[in-house]
Amino acid sequence: MKKLGKIYMALVFLFLYVPIFVLIVFSFNETKSRSVFSGFTLDWYVRLFNNKIIITSLINTIIIAVIASIVSTILGTLAAIGINSMKKVPKAVVMNVTNMPIINPEIVTGVSLMLLFVFFAARMKLEFGFVTLLIAHITFDIPYVILNIMPKFKQMDPHLFEAAQDLGCSPFQAFKKVILPEIMPGVISGFLMAFTYSLDDFVISYFTSGSTSQTLPITIYSMTRRKISPEINALSTIIFVVVVIILIVKNIIETRQAKKNAGYKGA
Amino acid sequence: MKQLKVLSVPYLVWMVIFILVPIIMVAFFAFTNEDGSFTIKHISDVGQYANIFVHSIWLALIATVICLVLAYPIAFIISRMEKHRQGTMMMIVMLPMWMNFLLRTYAWMTLLGNNGIINHLLGMVGLGPYKLINTSGAVVLGMVYNYLPFMILPLYSVMAKIDKSVIEASRDLGCNSVNVLFRVIVPLSLPGITSGITMVFVPAISTFIISRMLGGGSNLLIGDLIEMQFLGNSYNPHLGAAISLVLMVIILVIMTVMNQFSPDDQVLI
Amino acid sequence: MENIVSLKNLVVDFEDGERILKNISLDIKDKEFVTFLGPSGCGKTTTLRIIAGFLEPTSGDVFFDGKRINGLPPHKRNVNTVFQRYALFPHLNVYENIAFGLRVKNVSEKEIVKRVGEMLELVNLKGFEKRSVNRLSGGQQQRVAIARALVNHPKVLLLDEPLGALDLKLRKEMQTELRKIQQALELTFVYVTHDQEEALTMSDTVVVMNNGIIQQIGSPTDIYNEPVNAFVADFIGESNIVNGCMPEDCVVEFTGRRFKCVDKGFDPNETVDVVIRPEDVKVVSAEGAKLTGIVESVVFKGVHYEMTVDGVDHKWIIHSTKAEPVGAMIGMDFDPFDIHIMKISEEQ
Repeated sequence: MKKLGKIYMALVFLFLYVPIFVLIVFSFNETKSRSVFSGFTLDWYVRLFNNKIIITSLINTIIIAVIASIVSTILGTLAAIGINSMKKVPKAVVMNVTNMPIINPEIVTGVSLMLLFVFFAARMKLEFGFVTLLIAHITFDIPYVILNIMPKFKQMDPHLFEAAQDLGCSPFQAFKKVILPEIMPGVISGFLMAFTYSLDDFVISYFTSGSTSQTLPITIYSMTRRKISPEINALSTIIFVVVVIILIVKNIIETRQAKKNAGYKGA
Repeated sequence: MKQLKVLSVPYLVWMVIFILVPIIMVAFFAFTNEDGSFTIKHISDVGQYANIFVHSIWLALIATVICLVLAYPIAFIISRMEKHRQGTMMMIVMLPMWMNFLLRTYAWMTLLGNNGIINHLLGMVGLGPYKLINTSGAVVLGMVYNYLPFMILPLYSVMAKIDKSVIEASRDLGCNSVNVLFRVIVPLSLPGITSGITMVFVPAISTFIISRMLGGGSNLLIGDLIEMQFLGNSYNPHLGAAISLVLMVIILVIMTVMNQFSPDDQVLI
Repeated sequence: MENIVSLKNLVVDFEDGERILKNISLDIKDKEFVTFLGPSGCGKTTTLRIIAGFLEPTSGDVFFDGKRINGLPPHKRNVNTVFQRYALFPHLNVYENIAFGLRVKNVSEKEIVKRVGEMLELVNLKGFEKRSVNRLSGGQQQRVAIARALVNHPKVLLLDEPLGALDLKLRKEMQTELRKIQQALELTFVYVTHDQEEALTMSDTVVVMNNGIIQQIGSPTDIYNEPVNAFVADFIGESNIVNGCMPEDCVVEFTGRRFKCVDKGFDPNETVDVVIRPEDVKVVSAEGAKLTGIVESVVFKGVHYEMTVDGVDHKWIIHSTKAEPVGAMIGMDFDPFDIHIMKISEEQ
């Protein structure tokens, strides 16, 4: 039974990883063939780095992800604190609306924002591009920030804020010295989540970007629409390697922290 | 903490303008003509595309069922491993999700293509070539591949919380392996099953990338239909809004049904 | 009375190579209340899990009612377990938790209603049928766990530290109640605990374990009055344990002085452990006393005072109804039959 389980796990992992590894292998293929490996080359990587469209859209993606995640973290953190101090009914209403971009299919969120921007574009000087893209990203990022922070309040002692004020803090000081440190893990994970979602988003960006400001996923999409280009394989390889490195570093940091905590407990 | 309510004002303004108003606009567009007058023409026009709706729901349903069947044993096996190994295993499961899903789908394009590696390998043993890409099967495969981790994750997080001694208790009280599964593990993992189903079904039914990249022209889904009304050749935002609205209603109905199966006192995550 | 469970030469090695049970042999008689007592990691729970069928011994045999049951899965054994933290099914209410085992065996609905009803009465939970088990107190959850096991009419009930999570008062109540249930239903109970008082109050037989070895098997009185080695003596109640030697039969020397005792049969000058219960230390006038010490602390314990006395080479614990002032010099003496002489145990 145990052996059967192991074989099954191996098969599913194979299913998950073989496509990626084939992609990686063929990024080093001399010809454009997708099935025969004819010789090793780094040409596609060189071409990738010389591809202006890819590089500019990459920079664009990073700029948008950074700004969107910072703005949404600030707005979202303030919002979470405010929502937490609301009464039950308004709180439930706000949280339900906040959940909408998460529950709704991405295409509906994208389309709805597009309708709004079209409306504004017709009446004000608003063009589809960087600004609309940024607004869209902030909009779908904030809910993730809020949802990462809200559980931290549940874990927090409800009298903490009062205790700090009782000990002489002004409300602002109490917030800065007591509440913020308590919810900080949620703020950080919310920020990271917002950042990765922004980097990764295609569907919503697709409907809100227009032609002037493209993100990397949109560029990738238009590349896959045209003919076969092993540059995409090269790009995938680089992204995969970066992701693996980030996850390994994250894992090392986490195990170290776990060990530290364990050591502290033991002492 | 009353005075802190003020802090949420900037977000509330943002929320109203960029979440609430756009959704209302979708509903508004769905029920109006170009000149702004009320009509149910677009909503009734959606009926013309019933076959596409059925096809989308059908493919998404198959993909969801396959994901559930594939994911359930995986989640269970991982949840019964030692704690530190569970973390590593889940990292391996989730790692592909960190690749942009366009790239993941593109990978299958190259695998399934007429000159792709699968047909090439089959050709070496004298089989094929088969038409793999641009089929409904390829679309379902793409959905399963992209969304399988979305099924494993909620199942795992519920199963990891099932105490080992509860399973032992059921065996102690006379359960064989089949009984343990259906009397204890399945009922206890129900919240994970329902949330996994929604997490796979919702993106699967509304995708337009997977169908476009792997399905060819013959596998038009709801997502493609919506996209065509907004960015495609047949520009008609009113019809697009109507289709979006119907899609939202379908999903809402499915989520409500799913919630009926989830017991109230077992809150997920 | 015949043996219901017999363990023969059980050895258990864990995956990391650690030997957790080292050759355990034990007979459990029908309708007996047997308690495995020992510190955590001594192998008591492991032994219980072998009887339940959750763990296969590396070597050795398990007999149930005279039949060898090695390899028999738990659901085919006529024993039931009350788990340490109850392991109630969170998706079922009180009634369905208790009915679980009967439903698995496809018992008729009429029979289920009857037997679950009996159990609810037995454990005093009438009226709680529909209650979610997540909304019960610890004591109530405990009762459900007991009822859930007993409803299957097992021949042997295994209880793994069942009262560990309850507060002191509730624990005492449940102790008496469990004992009552065991006697009323005429069942064999195998009970695991690290609480020596619990073991002594409830059991017919106590099995003291340490480091995967059975140290002593006996009735509570035997275990308390005649511990076979210093480990048992120390674990069962508080004890003063000092090193000594036996110059001749019925004479023991410790802390540099000789005392009369009742033990014989040791080698001349054999080194031994000398065990004296705190309540057996007599406080006498310091003048002319064989052994003296200075009172370091006095703590009132309700029935008696507990004093720590700094004597020569040893800090004595004394239980007495009369307190001596801290700092006072007192004398100590012992009756010969209160001095227990023990061979040095090889392994502790």
